Amino acid sequence: MKTIRSSFLIAIALCTSMVFAALGQAEEQSIIVQSTTSTQNSGLFDYILPIFQKSSGIRVDVVAVGTGQAIKNARNCDGDVLFVHAKPAEEKFVSEGYGVKRFDVMYNDFVIVGPPADPAGISGYSGAAASLRKIADTKSTFASRGDDSGTHKKELSLWKKAGVDVNAASGTWYRETGSGMGATLNVSVGMAAYTMTDRATWIAFRNKGGFKVAVEGDQLMFNQYGIMQVNPVRCPNVKASAARRFVDWIITRPGQSAIAGYKLDGQQLFFPNAARQGAS
Amino acid sequence: MIMQDFAEAFRLAFGLVAAMDADLIEIIGLSLRVSLAAVFVAAVLGMPLGALLATVRFPGRGVAVIVINALMGLPPVVVGLLVYMALSNAGPLGFLQFLYTPAAMIVAQSILITPIVAALTRQVIEDMNFEYAEQFASLSVPWHTRIAALISDARYALATVLLAGFGRAIAEVGAVIIVGGNIAHLTRVMTTAIALETSKGDLALALALGIVLLVLALAVNAAVMSLRASAQSSAHA
Amino acid sequence: MLDQPAWSIASQLPLSVTGLCFNAGDTVLIDRLDLEVSHQGVTVLMGPNGAGKSLLVRLLHGLIQPQSGSIMWNGKRCSPATRLHQAMVFQKPVLLRRSVAANIDFVLGLKGRATLARRDELLMQANLSDKASQPARALSGGEQQRLALARALASNPEVLFLDEPTASLDPSSTQAIETAIGAASERGVKVILVTHDAGQARRLATDVVFIHRGSVAEHCSADVFFQQPASAVARDYLAGKLVI
Repeated sequence: MKTIRSSFLIAIALCTSMVFAALGQAEEQSIIVQSTTSTQNSGLFDYILPIFQKSSGIRVDVVAVGTGQAIKNARNCDGDVLFVHAKPAEEKFVSEGYGVKRFDVMYNDFVIVGPPADPAGISGYSGAAASLRKIADTKSTFASRGDDSGTHKKELSLWKKAGVDVNAASGTWYRETGSGMGATLNVSVGMAAYTMTDRATWIAFRNKGGFKVAVEGDQLMFNQYGIMQVNPVRCPNVKASAARRFVDWIITRPGQSAIAGYKLDGQQLFFPNAARQGAS
Repeated sequence: MIMQDFAEAFRLAFGLVAAMDADLIEIIGLSLRVSLAAVFVAAVLGMPLGALLATVRFPGRGVAVIVINALMGLPPVVVGLLVYMALSNAGPLGFLQFLYTPAAMIVAQSILITPIVAALTRQVIEDMNFEYAEQFASLSVPWHTRIAALISDARYALATVLLAGFGRAIAEVGAVIIVGGNIAHLTRVMTTAIALETSKGDLALALALGIVLLVLALAVNAAVMSLRASAQSSAHA
Repeated sequence: MLDQPAWSIASQLPLSVTGLCFNAGDTVLIDRLDLEVSHQGVTVLMGPNGAGKSLLVRLLHGLIQPQSGSIMWNGKRCSPATRLHQAMVFQKPVLLRRSVAANIDFVLGLKGRATLARRDELLMQANLSDKASQPARALSGGEQQRLALARALASNPEVLFLDEPTASLDPSSTQAIETAIGAASERGVKVILVTHDAGQARRLATDVVFIHRGSVAEHCSADVFFQQPASAVARDYLAGKLVI
């Protein structure tokens, strides 16, 4: 009886201390960056954030979700910095007063990847709209993110250019996964479907299953990343000064060269293109 | 290809554990802390609630039992979303600054498993109360003493109830990824790490982590069962 | 003696039952039953199976509410308040899943009088001192019933109900229980005992209430009952005939 009671007491004490240990975390200076899966999955953050932390002492916590979700979270003041890739939506975010000022950070490009058999016969195409039209004409399976992310928005704009009404085809050859880039790539490989992905995620992706880049090099598939502080006027609890230091860092030489320095399998994944001016 | 991943997963899982990989240890530690804390909260709230529903007759009790039973099927994503909306800086509890911390994950998992603990506790206690009720009435035992006595006497069955809650918590990804954010070294737990590696297409590593998670769950269950066995044998000594 | 009750004359008695009725659906189980029970000794309820004996003690103890009629304990209506001064031992003991000692402590704690001395005394009376730390449910049937009786006495009841407490026990266990019942009665506890066992009734009863078909067929002193019962059903029952 005594042993049971004391073991219960020990268990209770342990659990209580766990709760408090969990609550008492995150005391050092840190900011939350709402960002996208492509920057996280490609390993970019794992490479550049320790460099920033070393020079600034600020820890950056990244919440990696789709661009649409990231912007929504930032609108709810649940983050100090927004770092995504959907320029029109970012500009709207700033003009509505949610963000301070938007800066270009870096770019890479989108590619259309597809199964080795290439049922639509688009391998080697460089015209994005023409390839998509061919996919639609041959009713080749295409997996879309369907999650309001930056990649999804870009993809929809390309379908529009191609003059294809994908809503009408939804559920037939056009399949919306409603998931992140990685999950959508897994689905594509699983059902031999074409899909559009940013090049960084694709290079870092480990489950390629024989898939290859079918279409690349179209100006329309340019993928620009932007960064902005969440507006402290609207969100009083953001850590404005630490957030500004991070934004300043990433758009000036130290951050830009850190981005250029990240390579995977010998390939550079992101190309810095900030206008080289401070955030202030 | 798939079979290769499978073999690779076991090799990786073994390697990770053997090497005591620091990141892995951290993630396991956080998984255990968050889920055990949630089990603790669920025990403190759910067990008395379940016992109350089992022993006290009041109007609306039948409805309450059905609701609690139904809540066992709460979708984690919905719980995650609700907790996110409450804890968001734009939400009513934003001032707590819990979002994207382990505290938020504990809150979400507690909400998820408290109904499980309450519903199963009610069943266990109701069965036992069926046997004890007349004796308790004869002794004029006050209701709070009845509940305490029933919980204490049902402790072995309730240990299994808590294990069910723990199993749900440690295996859950939908809620913690929303409210925790899967932030490296802060809120990344086993399940969100598995989700991340899957989305990176590193299926072998994802599966390896899954194997480690399974072993972890086995270890916790074995620990509770051996504690129970030693408690029982010492009670017989 | 340490546990001599403060009351030498039980304040809950006499018990007076008038016009008691209890039905389950259309079946009449207790039928306009009248009964007077005095302070003294051991009142034994006898009667064939299904006569309503077990139901009657539950009604008297206040565990079940009658449909009509009244149960008055020394002028007070039967209620949770009257039950506070009563205890009951069931045919099948319901012991807590704890040690023998903890079962006693549970009841002592209810009354706010948990002392080691009192617990040890009760265990000694039940001849269970050497099993104090064993799980109660690991005891033999006889030991379990002795513990149930000791636990019932732990609350210092004025009235002790026993519903066929020895029905499934061997003779030596039965003897231990009967000795304990006799001792409790000597200390001034009013005992109301349901039994099937005519021998047990002869050994313990001060007066006998013979129940048949939900009402009292005969109520008289034990001597009279066993020598010249007035009712035909009681005569048949004692003669070993089947009484339905």
